[in-house]
Amino acid sequence: MTDKPVFMTYSRSDVTNFAVLMILAFAVVPFTIETDYWYSSILIPWLCLALAAIGQQFVMGYAGQLALGAAGFMAAGAFACYNIELRIPWMPFPLSLLFSGIIAAAFGVLFGLPSLRVRGIYLMVATLASQFFIIWMIDKFGWFKNYDTSGIITAQDIMIFGVPFTSPMQMYLVVAVVVTILTILAVNMTRGSVGRNWMAVRDMDIAAESMGISLLRAKLQAFALSAFYCGVAGALFAFTYLKSLEPVAFDIKLSFSILFMVILGGLGTINGAFVGAAFILLFPVVLNTAGNAWFHGTIDATIISAIEQVVFGALIILFLIYEPLGMAKLWENTKQRLLDRRPVGEARPNKKPKTG
Amino acid sequence: MPIWGWPMTEILFFFEVVLAGLLAGTMYSLVALGFVLIYKASATFNFAQGAMVFFAVLSFVGFMELGLPFVLAFLVTILLMIAVGYATERLVIEPLTGQSEDTMLMATIGLAFVLQGLAQAVWGVEVRRLDLGIPDFPIPWLADNLGIFVSALDVTAGVVAGVLIIVLSLLFRFTKMGLGLRAVADDPGAAASIGIPLKNIMLLVWSTAGIVALVTGMMWGARAGVQFALVDLALKALPVLIIGGFSSIPGAIVGGLIIGVVEKTLEVYVGPYFGGGIEGWAPYVLAILFLLWRPEGLFGEKIIRRV
Repeated sequence: MTDKPVFMTYSRSDVTNFAVLMILAFAVVPFTIETDYWYSSILIPWLCLALAAIGQQFVMGYAGQLALGAAGFMAAGAFACYNIELRIPWMPFPLSLLFSGIIAAAFGVLFGLPSLRVRGIYLMVATLASQFFIIWMIDKFGWFKNYDTSGIITAQDIMIFGVPFTSPMQMYLVVAVVVTILTILAVNMTRGSVGRNWMAVRDMDIAAESMGISLLRAKLQAFALSAFYCGVAGALFAFTYLKSLEPVAFDIKLSFSILFMVILGGLGTINGAFVGAAFILLFPVVLNTAGNAWFHGTIDATIISAIEQVVFGALIILFLIYEPLGMAKLWENTKQRLLDRRPVGEARPNKKPKTG
Repeated sequence: MPIWGWPMTEILFFFEVVLAGLLAGTMYSLVALGFVLIYKASATFNFAQGAMVFFAVLSFVGFMELGLPFVLAFLVTILLMIAVGYATERLVIEPLTGQSEDTMLMATIGLAFVLQGLAQAVWGVEVRRLDLGIPDFPIPWLADNLGIFVSALDVTAGVVAGVLIIVLSLLFRFTKMGLGLRAVADDPGAAASIGIPLKNIMLLVWSTAGIVALVTGMMWGARAGVQFALVDLALKALPVLIIGGFSSIPGAIVGGLIIGVVEKTLEVYVGPYFGGGIEGWAPYVLAILFLLWRPEGLFGEKIIRRV
């Protein structure tokens, strides 16, 4: 699916980009943005969804397994986190997150098992089972919801060693730290042997197997890590964005959204997860604002959301036809065009691929 | 008169549950039939079939609301579905010819969103009633004489499904078009090189799938109202296909019936122990179990993969 150079090392520009991003995230944003709206409606959900999209990337973009159950694993993570916080009150939030991820990963392995036998649409059906089953399980067994009958449970405050993190900006910092750590891990994992194995399985599983890559290991690893990332993302999503826990928030629509983030952002790239999440999250906001500005509220919100579906669907088709590597690649191409005015894909003389 | 310790009323009730399952199953079969048509001709899994069902029946009801008589609305919707089929073939399928199955599947997911969004943008989102003039209550004669409660609508759906299947099977089997279609499914390149009009065949298949979608939508719509939930219901056709096999018309039928019966009996006899609602996921789990045993489905062709 992708043709990247075989030997990827961190270039100087990667390091500068990373440093700039970190300064932006932790030094510039907290001191310049003061409105809560930006934190609680844009930055926090964007980072949470991007994290879930990274999870989806593992299984779909890297390991090439068409899965459609990300929201189910997010629900598992969210409710695991709620129960850990509820039953073990002294547990610091980061540890709760870790355990929620591990619990979600267990579900990931369980529902990833069919991937050993089937692929494509068959696998999609199997992962749909996880989506419906997990939501049903949380809904039907009162224990998961602490026998709450109202249907909506308020999430506990985030406490880390007795320090509360409750304002939107503090919550943003918690999310940003978690997402940063997991993204660094994800980048390294996908560049390392784990990611190589996944890509080999994606590009041709039988060939990968005959070269000594264990399909069982690679696929289950992808599902486990994917569900881990989704689980952590789900817990963060519930605790910092929704501030409540309800199974309905994690229905199949969210799974589709995450699938779209990955396809539009660019399959098989970590950048793509962030770009895709930003687009899927922001486009409806832009469309709503534009709709209100042009039609002064005469156009119905349901019509706008219908138009949104048409645009997302059409974009999926357009990207699959014209740029299967998504927006991340589109951005890359534009940058390259602007920088050295050379046709994309032509080897640049000073950057010959290393050999040997 | 108890049989094996079961009172007669219990046994009748069991038959009723099974029958209700069978009839609900024909509804799933109808959706699955649309999938199979396209899969047979192009080895493309058309995820948008559910959205096509919704799109077709919502347009049909919309035309009726505009004042068109029943038959005219039906014909206009058929023309519309042919147009949708044509557009799909030209704008989505043709540019992606030769891509991997997963890519095609993702493209049809995109198509599903376009269709369901378009339908809602044009006709609005409120739930519509669709009255076909077929009553949805137990047929009095059966209820009085046999004590079995079956609605006329369910029976009609069953008959319609049966007729569609027979007609489509005959078309596939005995017409020149059907032969061409099977050739295309086997090897599009070879079929094109011996002069089979690839584009016409694909257009025909997508249009037929559109018409099947309209009929399915009318049956579902008369039962549950014309609403967005139809798209989710159509997802249940996926486990049906896994059980029946993706490339087999009889498979779609048998798979649908199996899912219908299993779902209903589980819900009635096992559901209460879990607080109900298991029919939401039971078909998918059944499909997984089936995959472990027979991945190609009951009637599907054996899957052979080469490096």
